[in-house]
Amino acid sequence: MFESLQMGKYAFYIWTSYGLTLVVLVANIIIPLSQERTLLRTLGRKLRRKRRDNNESKA
Amino acid sequence: MWAFLHKFSSPKYFYFLSGRLIPWFAWSCLAVMLVGLYYGLFEAPPDYQQGESYRIMFVHVPAAWMSMFIYMVMAVAGGIGLIWHIKLAEIMAASSAPIGASFTFLALVTGALWGKPMWGTWWVWDARLTAELILLFLYLGVIALNSAIEDKRTAARASGVLALVGVVNIPIIHYSVEWWNTLHQGASVTKLDAPSIHISMLIPLLLMAVAFKLYYATVVLMRARCEVLDRERNSSWVQDLISAK
Repeated sequence: MFESLQMGKYAFYIWTSYGLTLVVLVANIIIPLSQERTLLRTLGRKLRRKRRDNNESKA
Repeated sequence: MWAFLHKFSSPKYFYFLSGRLIPWFAWSCLAVMLVGLYYGLFEAPPDYQQGESYRIMFVHVPAAWMSMFIYMVMAVAGGIGLIWHIKLAEIMAASSAPIGASFTFLALVTGALWGKPMWGTWWVWDARLTAELILLFLYLGVIALNSAIEDKRTAARASGVLALVGVVNIPIIHYSVEWWNTLHQGASVTKLDAPSIHISMLIPLLLMAVAFKLYYATVVLMRARCEVLDRERNSSWVQDLISAK
């Protein structure tokens, strides 16, 4: 079955196209995921700091 | 309908609904793409003129279609944001730009990789290729405006105007192969008469096109969700969400 994937003399052009497409598609998934993680971490830290400051001002 | 639209355009509702939708889009995208790749790489026969090289079409053509489709989505969303000041429309426009730029980049690069063995050159300054390159610059302009202007509402207005002006480029890309003599082959699917492409090649092509659409739905919602969270960071529901984590 996989012999047909050799693509003869065009192998380089075909597989570079598919490979690049894969890289770009995967990158577009990773970028928002990592942005979301960073954002949640930043917001969480800010919230904890605010709570702590509130508690200190009450005490 | 209007009540639903109003509810959907509330950032909070959008955040939770899109969170539920993303896995459905993602998994159906993967399924359709695998079937499309199977038919494209194993089942479809070699082309009688181009041999195996035409298989680049299964990523090149859907990517080029997406580059124009996403541009229209971005321009319409930008226009809605300009007219009705709907925050979610601005977010959708801003989130679409990098994805559209990615597909435009892919269309250009896979086109070059197809052009080299078929035309003997990576690049020619012909109408379609040049118009597609301008599309990439339009996307980059929108991205640059969005990131250069600190105030997000102002940024959305500026990039919305640019996106709307750039719409003129879309019919130029589409009709370039008819209006000018070009090296690029003419349309073989989007014609009024029957498509001049064999069914064994048309099926994987359309499957890949559907897969790319689903992919766009997945990643644009992911980006938009992140953007909603960022812009609504001081609202009570985001605060609740953060403290629950």
